[in-house]
Amino acid sequence: MNAPQKPATKKVINESGIEVKPLYTAADVEASGGMEMVGEPGQYPFTRGIHREMYRKQPWTMRQYAGFGNPADTNQRFKYLIANGQTGLNVAFDLPTQIGLDSDDPLAEGEIGRVGMSIDTLRDFEIAFDGIDLKKITVSLTINGAAAILIAMYLAMAEKRGYDIKELRGTAQNDILKEFIGRGTWIFPVEPSIRLVGDTIEYCAKEAPKYTPVSVCGYHIRESGATPAQEIAYAFCIAKAYADDAIRRGLPVDEFAGRLSYNFNIFGNIFEQVCKFRAGRGLWAKIMKEEYGAEKPGSMWLRMIAAGGGGGLTFEQPEVNIMRGAYYALISALSGTQTMALCSYDEAYTIPTEYSARISLRTMQLLIEEMGLTETVDPLAGSFYVETMTNEMRKKMEEIMAEVDAQGGIVKMVAEGTIQAKVSTQAYGMLRKIESGEFPKVGVNCYRNEQEEEHAVEFHPYNEDDARVQIESLQRIRAERDNKAVDAALARLRADAATGTNVMPALMAAVKAYASVGEMTKELVNVFGRYQEPIRF
Amino acid sequence: MTDRQRPIKILLGKPGLDGHDQGAKVVARAMMDAGFEVIYTGLRQTPEQIARIALEEDVDVISLSSMAGSHIPFCRKLKPLLEEAGLTDKLWVIGGNLPAQDHEALRELGFKGIFPSGSKLDAITEYIRSNVK
Repeated sequence: MNAPQKPATKKVINESGIEVKPLYTAADVEASGGMEMVGEPGQYPFTRGIHREMYRKQPWTMRQYAGFGNPADTNQRFKYLIANGQTGLNVAFDLPTQIGLDSDDPLAEGEIGRVGMSIDTLRDFEIAFDGIDLKKITVSLTINGAAAILIAMYLAMAEKRGYDIKELRGTAQNDILKEFIGRGTWIFPVEPSIRLVGDTIEYCAKEAPKYTPVSVCGYHIRESGATPAQEIAYAFCIAKAYADDAIRRGLPVDEFAGRLSYNFNIFGNIFEQVCKFRAGRGLWAKIMKEEYGAEKPGSMWLRMIAAGGGGGLTFEQPEVNIMRGAYYALISALSGTQTMALCSYDEAYTIPTEYSARISLRTMQLLIEEMGLTETVDPLAGSFYVETMTNEMRKKMEEIMAEVDAQGGIVKMVAEGTIQAKVSTQAYGMLRKIESGEFPKVGVNCYRNEQEEEHAVEFHPYNEDDARVQIESLQRIRAERDNKAVDAALARLRADAATGTNVMPALMAAVKAYASVGEMTKELVNVFGRYQEPIRF
Repeated sequence: MTDRQRPIKILLGKPGLDGHDQGAKVVARAMMDAGFEVIYTGLRQTPEQIARIALEEDVDVISLSSMAGSHIPFCRKLKPLLEEAGLTDKLWVIGGNLPAQDHEALRELGFKGIFPSGSKLDAITEYIRSNVK
């Protein structure tokens, strides 16, 4: 027998640790706190959605993660996705770029252009976004450790192309605290890293007020082993750490909070996921209003990308991941997300092909065009089950946030490695449950094929020659640029970093002089030092 | 082996620049639960660092966790360093996102134990237990 054993009498506890009952009635909604936090879409506390009309007015933005090789290769993929109906871009950078190394750094060898596109100077951004209308297509940069530099580069590129950066929209991930928990593209120690995030928030609030400088990521914390409730709770703790930094600088909350956004993960139980987002929206609004005294509705909005996560996809029977992705997209739509993305079915193996990326895009388009998901806002509202679970998820998130506070706060826990140890212990526990069959996973521990066939996944080719081309291009720029201007800009960057002046104006000057990512990072490392990873189990 | 005087000692390294360490940490725990002594390097190890730690710590097993596709160029650099350090008699193991088409090349580079995504934790620890000299 291939099916997992499930006795009907067994207690069901969801991943967040909440018991799921076989039947919900009005009495359960009442006992869990009633309908007090539900409200109307577009009105505080926004549980039902941040806009009154939601997708009637505008469907979610579709933003597949993409980037590889040289900027020219990535420019082609961007144009392919846009031609296929994608409405935003989410840029993948290679690892050297993500951790602030130039392509000719010895440590970059073998990694140039491998997991994302390679960026050394402003010239590379000019190529990558060539021919793309930055007003029509909003761009999200998946960059963290080197985010301040890449944000400056993006703004400078847009300025150079004649856009008014006061009107420019776009997003940077720029959530360094989660990088210490999962994903690992940190550069500087914790405190100066938070300061750099603060510099970008402050700078954008003043100079690029429509740009979203931070997208706080529960996504990767969930991938690292957090439960859905922890995913939201830890992300809120992190967002509060950035908000506190901004407030310490004297920024009024309503001047920056409206430009904070979130990146969350979807895999697992459909109802737990949808309730997670509904609960999170109400809780974030409450935090911003009650704790931070926000007055503008936009400051209380949980704006998010809800993305079908790699953590739910399997290496086994990869074609089944197409169906998983479809359910994740459905969850995302039912959750009232602003932006949607899906890991492609082959992503457990490789960078998606054009074919698999297009399947992901079509999956999201189906929901808009054929399935009626854009017609009515928050269609699950009022269900006894959904409203009860939303209340219970919110309570669970509040408990987790209180635990973090009791342990000295998220910054301390990240610096000491206690959060990292907690989620990795959970990841281990979950994998053991999957291996034992206690936690069913189709194709992995149940419904395995008699003989697992060799899967026809097409591997993304890695072109060794790309690295040589990228290095030559960097060296040409170093030879051609005004190196006196570069030195002066780097000296100013060093001085501003050391004196606690906001580094963004100095970075803007440096990127415009075609200073490289590695050169700017080095100046900052000289002042801030490097992060030392605490190894805790 | 039955007459071992100490637990099996393993270096678990994260080669290269990638920061996806969930798998490495999970495997480290499984190894500790299996009674092995695990030295986990943390992120961003160079081939030189891995060879040095392996030598200094006198480990029985050198294992790597690679998720971002740079395993072949990395192992190409690591192999001569391990040979130079006289560590060819140790068990070399690698796990992670390792396409089947690369397994032969990894074996030729001295990695006898190859555990692609989807491998069972107990399969990894059992393999190590029965292959450490």
